[in-house]
Amino acid sequence: MNDEKNISSGMSEVVKTVCNIVEGFIFVFGCYIVLYGQLSPGGGFAGGVILAAVFILIMLAFGKERVLKIMPRKRGAFIEALGALSFLAVAWAGLYVSGIFFKNFIPTTAASHFKLMSGGTILIYNIAIALKVMAGLFLVFFVLSITRVILEGDKLKMVKKQ
Amino acid sequence: MERYIYLILLPLGGAFIIAALNAAVKSRDTRDITSDIIANLITLAMAGIALTSFGINGSYSVGGWPVPLGINIAADGFSILMLATVNTIAFCATLYSINYMDQYTSKSHYYSLFLLMLTGMNGVLLSGDLFNLFVFIEIASISSYALVGFGTEAEELEASFKYMVMGGIASTFILLAVAILYSSFGVLNMANISQAISVSSQTPLLKFSLFLFIAAFSIKAAIIPFHAWLPDAHPAAPAPVSAMLSGVLIKTLGIYAMTRIIMNIFAADVSILAPLGIISIMLGVLLALGQTDMKRLFAYHSVSQVGYIILGISLGTPLGILGGLFHLVNHSIFKSLLFLNSGAVAYRLGTRELNEMGGLNKVMPITGGTSFIASLSIAGMPPFNGFFSKLIIILACVQSGHPGFALWAVAGSILTLSSFMKVQKFAFFGKLAEKHKQIKEAPLMMSISVVILAVLCIATSLLVLPKVKNIVLQPAVDAVLSGAGYAKIIR
Amino acid sequence: MIYVMCLALFVVGLYGICCKKNLIKIILGFIIMDYAVNLFIILIGYRKNGIAPILDKTMDVNKFALSSVDPMPQAIVLTAIVIGLAVTALMVAVCVRIYERYGTFDITKIRKLKG
Repeated sequence: MNDEKNISSGMSEVVKTVCNIVEGFIFVFGCYIVLYGQLSPGGGFAGGVILAAVFILIMLAFGKERVLKIMPRKRGAFIEALGALSFLAVAWAGLYVSGIFFKNFIPTTAASHFKLMSGGTILIYNIAIALKVMAGLFLVFFVLSITRVILEGDKLKMVKKQ
Repeated sequence: MERYIYLILLPLGGAFIIAALNAAVKSRDTRDITSDIIANLITLAMAGIALTSFGINGSYSVGGWPVPLGINIAADGFSILMLATVNTIAFCATLYSINYMDQYTSKSHYYSLFLLMLTGMNGVLLSGDLFNLFVFIEIASISSYALVGFGTEAEELEASFKYMVMGGIASTFILLAVAILYSSFGVLNMANISQAISVSSQTPLLKFSLFLFIAAFSIKAAIIPFHAWLPDAHPAAPAPVSAMLSGVLIKTLGIYAMTRIIMNIFAADVSILAPLGIISIMLGVLLALGQTDMKRLFAYHSVSQVGYIILGISLGTPLGILGGLFHLVNHSIFKSLLFLNSGAVAYRLGTRELNEMGGLNKVMPITGGTSFIASLSIAGMPPFNGFFSKLIIILACVQSGHPGFALWAVAGSILTLSSFMKVQKFAFFGKLAEKHKQIKEAPLMMSISVVILAVLCIATSLLVLPKVKNIVLQPAVDAVLSGAGYAKIIR
Repeated sequence: MIYVMCLALFVVGLYGICCKKNLIKIILGFIIMDYAVNLFIILIGYRKNGIAPILDKTMDVNKFALSSVDPMPQAIVLTAIVIGLAVTALMVAVCVRIYERYGTFDITKIRKLKG
């Protein structure tokens, strides 16, 4: 059908232009939310969702070919697993370094309070969660969007497009 | 106490390592073999850890935060018994999967989900915190939803959706009940709530939350008015997953969590559950009699056998709880064995219809023999484990002054026997059909795994010996009986 | 009063799951139920005229503890939302696959299983 072609090649020129301008800002904002999670509202999950929104935005505006160039499915799955693994690794490092699972083993001083590095391991956890959520949420959206209903004869039929 | 950390850390790490390998390695054969090796090593290590940790009780504060502030991991006799059961069955199931899962396309995804489910179950057993209990229940449930629909055939997807809706309602109930408890006491730690409840009066709000918990865990345990999802979901899953679901998942998520919360946190009277247990026993076995699909028949028997466990525990006497927990261990062994056998039959024959089988003992002696042992165990024949646990439950019924319950339990047992004689007659004895002459025995790993379980079927009947019982079963019974004394676990 | 409305929302969700025949509507019912519980948990920690539970350099700790809302339910709700997201995503994925197989969302026509 006609609109299928439109979807695969993305939306109109206006949307594409605006998207080009905005996507960098959203990405930086997501990174900010992740990095300042231990000091202000936000954190790994919220920031990760914003980062995933960047990819979803690109996918909606330009079609999935372009987003697959940045983040193929395999790479997404790998980043997701990597995020979870690094989270676990830091948790286990607490057990290894100071004998207690999940122990915050990076020392923090009173002088560093309310600064970026005051959270100890929490910052690393946040980054790990953000990686996981970003890749995971993007993949969920992507996998759900590759099936599409088309009209075949007088029956609706669902096709999968890779 | 550190050893219990690894019971959660290992499967979770393994699941993500396999997922990462799946994304990084191109060749499918390498992927399958490495995920086989990793998953089996991990489950073997975990079975080793769990089986050697009898008697190591205590509580561990995660992150070094003291208890009401941080979350903790707590292990007492009951959870250790369950851990040993769960991890042993999990090892047998992964061993079995090496050959069995070859028929499906993505083995490494399967192992990832399987290990995540295991993480969830171990977490439920070890968690000392109500909200973490909920989170781990959800981890186990979500991966089991996905595993039920793993084959993506029409029936499997339908069963998975049904299971998901029922399980989703149950999880929401649990969350609501946890929220009510938090609003009443301002803490989430199970030990602290237990202390707070024992000094406070039973307000309507608390009763409502207890009701929600019972309803939710009854859905998860598939006790009869809430059983609708089980006969669909368990047959739809791949055989090792059915073995895990029927063998340990309904017990961990349903019976363990229910017992822990009713007996240890609320210290409430559980006798209301006894009629539910009786109804489950009878209806489950009656529905099973009419089935011709092998796995579906086994699934209905799961409902029935869970009824025995609930009956035993709800008597509230030491003997009743001993019988209930003993039957729990036994049921997980022989029901997993039966499901693995049905998987082996389906692997070679390509069908689960009892009417199309017959005489399989001649071509599949190991499968036939082990399933004969399992059938006798589940029907309660003397040398096997099922006999002893059912005997203890029936004795406990009589001893606590409910001879009527004992009568129903005996009747259920006889019907179980007749139902399994039917399975044996249709599938393994009788005349071998001409088209099945060429069938070979199940592959090596599958056979090893079922033989291990069959040996366990006989070996666990040794648990009635006082010396063994005092190490394995008695601490669990004491932990359940101690009621609000559970709170002592945090120092 | 506001708790009763929460419960009403919960019951609406339960009604949607039990009585609707469309798979998508069942999923929506589930989401509504989930969010009713989340709302309830947030309300537990609410305090009238409370401030956000974020400690600043300029604030006194004791004064902060007296005036801020309870942060614990918020952390719980965040986790519950993530879990709800996972369940919903899986439900939708299975639902899409069911549509592929059966060509309908009507549960009265999706009846290959007996139980």
